[in-house]
Order: sequence, then C-alpha cells, then structure tokens
Amino acid sequence: MEIKAIGCEPLQLKRVHLENSHTLKVYQENDGYKWLKKAMEMSPDAIIGEVKASVLRGRGGAGFPTGMKWSFVPKDSPKQKYIVCNADESEPGTFKDRYLMERDPHALIEGMLIAAFALNSQTCYIYTRGEYKYLIDIMDEAVEEARAANLVGKNILGSDFSCEVYTHTGAGAYICGEETALLSSLEGYRGHPRMKPPFPAVEGLYASPTVVNNVETLTAVPQIIEMGGISWRDLGTEKSGGTKLWSVSGHVKKPGVYELPMGYADMERFILEDCGGMLRDDKKLKGVIPGGSSVYIMRANDVIGKKVLMDYEGLVAAGSLVGSGGFIVIDETVDIVDSTKNLTEFYKHESCGWCTPCREGTDWLVKIFNRIAEGNGRPEDAQLILDLCDNIEGKSFCALGDAAAWAIQGAIKRFPEDFKPYLNGQKTTSTEPEARKF
Amino acid sequence: MASVAPTFYTNQVQVTDEVANFSPEVVEEMYLHLTKYPPDRKRSALIPLLFVIQRERGYVDNEGVNFLARFLDLEVTDIWETVTFYSMFNLRPVGKHHIQICKTLSCRIIGEPKITEHICNRLGIHVGETTDDEKFTVSLVECLGSCGTAPMMQIGFDYHEDLTTEKVDKLLDSLS
Ligand SMILES: Cc1cc2nc3c(=O)[nH]c(=O)nc-3n(C[C@H](O)[C@H](O)[C@H](O)COP(=O)(O)O)c2cc1C
Ligand code: SF4
Ligand code: FES
Repeated sequence: MEIKAIGCEPLQLKRVHLENSHTLKVYQENDGYKWLKKAMEMSPDAIIGEVKASVLRGRGGAGFPTGMKWSFVPKDSPKQKYIVCNADESEPGTFKDRYLMERDPHALIEGMLIAAFALNSQTCYIYTRGEYKYLIDIMDEAVEEARAANLVGKNILGSDFSCEVYTHTGAGAYICGEETALLSSLEGYRGHPRMKPPFPAVEGLYASPTVVNNVETLTAVPQIIEMGGISWRDLGTEKSGGTKLWSVSGHVKKPGVYELPMGYADMERFILEDCGGMLRDDKKLKGVIPGGSSVYIMRANDVIGKKVLMDYEGLVAAGSLVGSGGFIVIDETVDIVDSTKNLTEFYKHESCGWCTPCREGTDWLVKIFNRIAEGNGRPEDAQLILDLCDNIEGKSFCALGDAAAWAIQGAIKRFPEDFKPYLNGQKTTSTEPEARKF
Repeated sequence: MASVAPTFYTNQVQVTDEVANFSPEVVEEMYLHLTKYPPDRKRSALIPLLFVIQRERGYVDNEGVNFLARFLDLEVTDIWETVTFYSMFNLRPVGKHHIQICKTLSCRIIGEPKITEHICNRLGIHVGETTDDEKFTVSLVECLGSCGTAPMMQIGFDYHEDLTTEKVDKLLDSLS
C-alpha cells in the first residue's frame, strides 16, 4: 500500500516513513511540540484567528470550517470545556486516520493540546472505534510518553496550562462517528444522535461546551501554527485550504493514502497515473465513489476528460462530495446493482433505529434489493426505490439517513443500464457464498 | 453443530442474580478506567469496562453485567440497554478465535466472497457459526478501515490484510 504526497510537500505525511515515527523522540527531533510552545505564547483569539485564516475545513466528512466551529464555544461559560477527537473512522472506504494515529500519534496529541489551549479546555478525549484497539494502545503509550515529558497533565511546560488527554473506545457502531451520537456513546449510552441545536460547541459532552474534530483536522492544527494560517491555506485554494488525505481503495494498482493539495488537477490523472492506473489493464474504469460510501457515485464519463478538481467545490461541480475522502475506484466488472445492494445492507445494519424513516426505510430498501437480485424485479421498482429514498432524505433525524439515500439515488440515476435487466426480472449473476445465506 | 447467532437476542439472556468475581488485578484495572471521567459520570466507563468483562468471561454474561451494575451504581437494565446496541459485544460464547471478515464494498469487489467461502468450507461451518471444537467462529462485519489492503479480516483484535486463500490457510494452520 502506498502512503505518499503528490503535488505538494508532505505535511500530514511528513513523518510517517521515519523509523519509530510514533515515538516522542523522533517526533521531537522533527520539530514536534514546538508549535504547541509557539501557540502557548499566542493569545487564544490569535490561535483561532490563524485557524480561521487557514480555511481548514473539517476532515470528518461535513467540511465545516474548523475556526468557525471553535469560535462558537462560549468563552464566558463557567462550565468545563471538552475537546473530543473523532477517531471512529467507520465510513466505508476510509482509512487515513488509522495511519496518522499509527505512525504520528504525537501530532494528534499536539493538535488537541493547541485546541485545548485556545479554547481553555482541560480535558481531551480521543474516541476511537473499538476495532482499532491496537491504535488505542499506541495512543495510550504516546500520551504516557508526553506526560513524562510534561507535555500532558499539570502545568504543561511549566506554565499554568494543565490539560489531560484520555483515550476512549467505541464498540462497533458506524453511527458513533456522528458527533452527537459519539457524545452519547462517550457518556456510556446507546449511540443515538441528539437534537441540534444546541450544537456540541454549546452543549456537548456532559452538557458542557465541546469541540468535536476529526483526527486529520486536529493534526493539521500544528502545521497551521507553524506556517501561519494564510500560508497554509495557500497550499490549497481560497475556499478549500491546505492539503488533504485521500484513502484510495478498489480497482487501482496502487491503493493507499495520498496527500494532495486541495484543488489538485485532476481526478483522471490521479486515478490513472498517480494511483498506478486500473488494477487490471484490460478492464476499464466504470465509476468512482470519491468521498466514502455516503456520497453520489460518479461515472467514468464524469471523470475522464472532465478535469475534475479535487477539492470541496470541484467535487460538488462534478456532482459528488469530498465527504471523508474515501476514494473507491470501480472497474467495469462490478455490477452497480450488486455494489449498491452491498452499501444498502451497510446502512441498514448501521441505522441506529432512533427515527422511523431511516430505520424502516433502509430495511425496506434491503428487502427490495434482495427481491431484485433474486430475479423478481419489476419495472416500477426503480421509482419505488427512489420514492423510498425521497422519504428518507431530509426527513431523517441525522445525516446517516441522507447518506443512505444519496448512495442509492446516485447509483440508480447514473447507472440505469445496470438496473434495467434486473427490473425485467433478470437474476443476479454475482456469486454469493453459500455461507452468506444463514 | 454448535451454532452462535451473530445478532443479539436479549430475551435469551439468562437472568440470574449471581455476581461475577474478578481478581484484584482486574478490579484495579477497572478502577483505572474510572479515573478518566468526572466522578459523577462513572457511566462513561461502561463501554471500556464491558470490554474487560468480555475479555475475562469470554462474552458479556449476566454475572459480569450484575457486577458492573454494582460497580457503576447503575441498574442492570441500563447496562443491557447499552450492551445490545454495539456489535462488538458478544452475548453468547464465541470460539477461541473469532474470525471477522469485512464484507463491505471495497473488500467485496476485491475478493471477499472467495475468502469467506474458503474459510467456511475449510472450517465446515456457515457464517455465524462456531466449530464443534469451539476453536473458530466466523462472522461477517462492516468496513474495518483496511479498504486499501483488502480483502481483510480481523481475528480477535488482530488485523490480517491483503488476504489470499494461501495466506488464510497458513494463518489458520498457525492458530492453535
Ligand atoms: C453517520 C455519520 C458518520 C460519521 N462518521 C464520522 C467518522 O467516522 N469520523 C469523523 O471524523 N467524522 C464522522 N462524521 C462527521 C461528524 O459528525 C462530525 O462532523 C465531525 O467529527 C466533525 O469534525 P470535523 O469538523 O473535524 O470534520 C460522521 C457523520 C455522520 C452523519
Ligand atoms: S437517521 Fe438513522 S442513524 Fe440517524 S437517528 Fe435516524 S435511525 Fe438513527
Ligand atoms: S471495506 Fe473492508 S475494510 Fe473497508
């Protein structure tokens, strides 16, 4: 698997190839924790100002400007404030946070501490998906190393700033990546999302002001302090600052984690050259899901010759979204009905069951996809599926419902030729292992 | 053939008042988890503690839950409420090696079905079942964040990536 930067100097990936990059020693030899020191000489407002100027947008999926999110935290609140790192990384096709935490855990700690200093918080939690247990062990070790060096805990670097960093584990639930569900889970409850507003910045963990940020968002913070917000922004574009990690999987020769400057031109070159081209030379590109499974799938025609810019605006213009940057490349051997059925099953399994449109809707969608796959499709099923999606999209309690609807709508609207034979009663030819039908 | 359903059937949980016993070391480990959260927010430690229960007892059992209810000053039902939400908690015993194969899209299009079939054939069980010698349980799970090194599976907490049938055979041979 490749881990490298293309079209820019590696920033997020600056240290990942160094031997023992996860240790405090190597991190400090490479300027680590220098930017925390620098930040602690700045005023909190100045730090937030730099993050605003950087146009850093949340890397967890929603792309919300991080500086703005931070400025929503009420300064005068007498309550304890919390920084929570979202390391739940469960979006299908996404695996960048994993490598950041595995190989550069101190960058995450430094980013959290700078955020904590700027927001006057004394407690940080890293909520990691339960399956990533080995990463929790790595993070625990890194925190202990940092504590021994007086970088975490009481009176950091001899100042009056004290801050604790704790790891916390999830236990297998995609929905706990949604920030309010994550907070419910962190409080020991079922991972149901909460009503917004109040947003977590005002009432989050333990009903106190809380900033929830993705791993990659937080590891960008030391870079912004180092370079200054404007210079960091200028690595990317005016509206999509900096660089971004893309997790590439599927039918390419070189899957991996790639760091690209925002606005990288273009997606065709990225797939066919940077990622080594199609896995099998005689198989053509059929589609790309560029932002984790929860976005509209793109056809080869939307990519080839279209000079799609890889940033927030470029992907919207091309009919999809950046999402989590989980880039799934699909070649012509894939049956889009089968791939969409697979994702529908995912959303049904991960629906938390809190609201009716998503809970019942995803269940019906799976039933319909099963029926179609078995050769009992009907011409009116396409409209039936779209109607069901319409009853989920915008009508669900949280964005998981929308995500499910988008994944399905995109497929059915953009690959009607794949659906057509099924709607006329063709049976699936894809091989289900016998075992699957338990 | 012993069979373990992969999903939770809470009504099958045997409810008794018995409380599990843990060694002083394990109890100390549990107290350590509590230190991460405000004293009036002990419930936050529930998920980490349930993992301790599962590790010590093989699965999340009634006695372990009763213990946690006392330990955290919670009702037993509060704990079951949380346990039954999360897919990583087993409500019944699983084999010594819990094989969890990722079935989501990136793995599926790059060979997961073949791997699943191979493992099930080799072990002579269906997905969701445990071998008679209680050594292996096979489950299908959703994306585990190894899509770039697909197909993949997790055995216990260990990641095994870039799988081929040969690699799977070697791996299963090496597990006692
Ligand atoms: C269903 C769902 C799953 C999500 N999963 C994740 C996740 O695994 N990791 C993540 O960072 N954000 C995830 N998010 C986005 C979070 O709700 C939130 O926007 C993000 O953590 C904020 O951090 P950021 O601004 O740094 O991106 C998810 C959102 C939804 C609706
Ligand atoms: S949309 Fe789905 S995941 Fe979100 S609250 Fe409703 S049921 Fe739960
Ligand atoms: S799809 Fe299998 S690990 Fe992501």
